[in-house]
Amino acid sequence: MTNQELINISMQIRRDIVRMVAAVKSGHPGGSLGCADFLTFLYFDWMNHNSEQFSMDARNEDVFFLSNGHISPVWYSALARSGYFPVSELSTFRKISSRLQGHPSTDKNLPGIRMASGSLGQGLSVALGTAETKKLNNDTSVVYSLHGDGELQEGQIWEAAMYGAARGIDNIVATIDYNGRQIDGDVEDVLSLGNLKEKWQAFGWVVYEMDGHNFDEIRKTFTTIGDSLGKGKPIVVLMKTEMGKGVDFMMGSHKWHGVAPNEEQLEIALNQLEETLGDY
Amino acid sequence: MEILGNKDTRSGFGEGLAELGDENENVVALCADLTGSLKMNAFQNAHPNRFFQVGIAEANMMSLAAGMTIGGKIPFTGTFANFSTGRVYDQIRQSIAYSKKNVKICASHAGLTLGEDGATHQILEDIGMMRMLPNMTVVVPADFNQTKQATKAIAKHDGPVYLRFGRPVMPIFIKPDTPFVIGKAQTIYEGTDVTIIACGHMVWKSIEAVEELKKKGISVDLINMHTIKPLDRSAILDSVRKTGCIVTAEEHMANGGLGEAVAQVLSRNYPCPQEFVAVNDSFGESGKPMDLMDKYGIGTSNIVSAVERVLERKS
Repeated sequence: MTNQELINISMQIRRDIVRMVAAVKSGHPGGSLGCADFLTFLYFDWMNHNSEQFSMDARNEDVFFLSNGHISPVWYSALARSGYFPVSELSTFRKISSRLQGHPSTDKNLPGIRMASGSLGQGLSVALGTAETKKLNNDTSVVYSLHGDGELQEGQIWEAAMYGAARGIDNIVATIDYNGRQIDGDVEDVLSLGNLKEKWQAFGWVVYEMDGHNFDEIRKTFTTIGDSLGKGKPIVVLMKTEMGKGVDFMMGSHKWHGVAPNEEQLEIALNQLEETLGDY
Repeated sequence: MEILGNKDTRSGFGEGLAELGDENENVVALCADLTGSLKMNAFQNAHPNRFFQVGIAEANMMSLAAGMTIGGKIPFTGTFANFSTGRVYDQIRQSIAYSKKNVKICASHAGLTLGEDGATHQILEDIGMMRMLPNMTVVVPADFNQTKQATKAIAKHDGPVYLRFGRPVMPIFIKPDTPFVIGKAQTIYEGTDVTIIACGHMVWKSIEAVEELKKKGISVDLINMHTIKPLDRSAILDSVRKTGCIVTAEEHMANGGLGEAVAQVLSRNYPCPQEFVAVNDSFGESGKPMDLMDKYGIGTSNIVSAVERVLERKS
């Protein structure tokens, strides 16, 4: 897929995100906007996945886990736009009886979702578990996961990091949304992660760094990662992003982590996000 | 009651797991540095590629197990009951119960009979926590043979299961070929004066109590309620319609345990006097298993006196 095609998709996903959270006056637009480019890349360009016939078991398919489940809007939009369920269903987000729960769940059988997330810190362990099963099944497909940087404050992440390296799990690519912000403020002020690259390296992971808004760089990084798979070490990507990316007043602050825009703000935001594929 | 031998229920789990490993290649086992205590060595030795030593990191173990189900594996996790539940409640809640994953949480050293290690390790709240979770099945087998049978039965059940067993060597009284059906209670004795419903080690304690009560001319209907959830309601109601009163016995806190589950069935369908043999809102302490049971009110004599109290209330 060309960069322009990817940009068009991520633009529409961003429109979906702000419309979804504005419609129910709740949800998490900041991190969702920041990860729109990455999920566009994974679902429309990179992963080998079957959106027409969703399979919980995902045999011989790449798998994606969203560990920081609060950015569900971006995931729901990427799933719907890539064919897992009707785009019109995005209008049910966070409403009663919807399959699009506030945080992702398997409870109502929404295609594309294999594990509930929202309570933070569990997704890396889950992803490693699925990676172990793929090895037992001689399944050479890859497990991808996404985590918030604030989420790395959860102790379980480091239990999982230790495990992944000790077991040499080399069919997983964990990506950290390194936007430097969490609900209460900058990660550096809330609880510093220290030198994150050295931490992961010390835990035995191969670390890549990339700009999460540059499709050339994302593709180049993941192509390089393709050669690192199967070499006895787990892989982590520190992905620099801007929380709120694409909507000027949502960028440069932690304040839009979990706040929905009002009608006036929505209009300003949508003026900055071109309707490329048609609104739901 | 004929005693067929003496063994710990955890060894029943170990034997059952080893047989499952031979029979079903999708069965995998995870352990958090307690392989010997959980009797998982036979499985580990026979199937090293399907055994996952996770170290002392139970939260990671539970979520790993949940992830392993994607692709068709049936993970059995093994650690002490305390670290199988309280320590990892949120992991179980989100990744196993809510996500309906086919994980078997196998918990040893439950209750006071863990003994000398004391209250830090003697969890008495685990049945309550697990039975509160939607989608969770809770199984508490009574002896070595039944624990082995239950271990094999839960592998055939599609969904999350909590299997609770213990450390001490106790009499074996259930025949090895007795079928184990999840959710179907087992009548040990038939009687007419009083119902006793027990689970786990307390089934043997109740058998001892029944022997004493017989001498006093009291006829007991004794039910082994090896599945706490789903609870066999008809077994409870059929029995109390006959006896008119009931004693529940469990190696667990009265709050949240088997007795409360039974009380809910009775209050909705057939209110009648009930006495609870259970730990009364207290932590345990170090000591010999049977001494602790007596001190904390869940010994054989406590069952006998509970029966006498409930018979008085009935009349």
